[in-house]
Amino acid sequence: MSSESAGAERSAGPKAHDTEGPARDVTMRVWRGESRDSGGFTEYRVPVDEGMVVLDVLFRVQAMHAPDLAIRWNCKAGKCGSCGAEINGHPKLMCMTRLSSLPAGEPVTVAPMATFPVVRDLVTDVSFNYEKAKTIPPFAPRPRDPDGTYRMWQAEADRVQEFHKCIECFLCQDVCHVIRDHEENKEAFSGPRFFVRLAALEMHPLDTNDRLELIRRKQGLGSCNITKCCTEVCPESIKITDNAIIPLKERVVTEFYDPLAWAKRRILGR
Amino acid sequence: MLKQARKAMKACAAGAIDRNEVEATARRMLEPFERGAGEDPYAMHAELQETMQDLVGIIRTESELREALVRLDRLRERHARVGVRGGRRYNPGWHLALDLGPMLTVSEVVARSALERRESRGGHTREDFPKAAPEWADVNVVTRRRDGQLVLSREPLAQVPGELRALLGEAAEAHAEPVTIEKGAS
Repeated sequence: MSSESAGAERSAGPKAHDTEGPARDVTMRVWRGESRDSGGFTEYRVPVDEGMVVLDVLFRVQAMHAPDLAIRWNCKAGKCGSCGAEINGHPKLMCMTRLSSLPAGEPVTVAPMATFPVVRDLVTDVSFNYEKAKTIPPFAPRPRDPDGTYRMWQAEADRVQEFHKCIECFLCQDVCHVIRDHEENKEAFSGPRFFVRLAALEMHPLDTNDRLELIRRKQGLGSCNITKCCTEVCPESIKITDNAIIPLKERVVTEFYDPLAWAKRRILGR
Repeated sequence: MLKQARKAMKACAAGAIDRNEVEATARRMLEPFERGAGEDPYAMHAELQETMQDLVGIIRTESELREALVRLDRLRERHARVGVRGGRRYNPGWHLALDLGPMLTVSEVVARSALERRESRGGHTREDFPKAAPEWADVNVVTRRRDGQLVLSREPLAQVPGELRALLGEAAEAHAEPVTIEKGAS
């Protein structure tokens, strides 16, 4: 670094101390690397201000120590779902995790989401999710009523609203132990995000597609053993397990495993 | 419709790609890596932000705008020496080093246009010209690049087309002069 640019670096510094309250330093333990095998944690010490979130602190790490630290982020408002990472081991959005919510005086560990391959540093390749999305038959609404409108119960409309809050941050996919530590399960298991998507479609009052056979055979709903980890990490507070996964499981059971229904089908034929 | 679209596409086939231009651009983009320990893009970005915030902010005045242009010139000189560490894969420092070029251009355009408009209008407030001036009411300041230089010119606002003027009805008729829509003014 030339002496001139070292001076320039200092001039970027004053912002670190221009808010009220005593400035303090925090140690960030950031995972760096281009693949799981070759990467590891590097420690950076940076000054922080009141009200900062983890993403702000990492910007400061970029500005002061590691200009090439890779982070994927966009909105800084918890709505784009880009900045998911594991902060002190917990899947979280970096832009919504205030430093003040973490233990004071201790290092903050930031690692990339474990379920997906690393692109570089904190950025992962989440295309697994895009491939799974392609396997879900789209919304297929029934014809309009004769007067050209659609009618549905308010309660039915309300029920799917919760699922539409999903921002596709994939933190639920990250925490889900079925695919997190088991690459071999990815083929046959779509993960909580897509159970939410399937629930939104299956419960939609206008939809005509039947996806239950697909859910049972291809999406892997049966592998979920409802530990509710996905619900716990959801930044949109969607009750993934209670409101999406369990009702879907019930529908599958009713359709395929109800002995009375099975007998009725055998006798009456269907 | 698709047929027409295909026909139209054939009629205006893309021009030949100038390989020299592509290579020159690639070379220019990679230069910051060769410099390595040059000017720090993050520090320059912070300085650019401070310059624009302090001197080309909400309330503007000639002396401050002129000072901003001097500082922007200095930043542009330093940008020619910007250096980047690390590799090409997902390197935000490199991206910022490249983004700084357009950022400096836009900053200069904003500052020079603000200097040119000697009045206050909409979001543009000049401490030294606090009132809206009628001669600026139907003029835009347009910046173009000519021979690598930014050239400012005053151009009349587009007239409201006849059918829209008819829609505006009485409001339009109430004006003796043609109604104009001001871009960027509230």
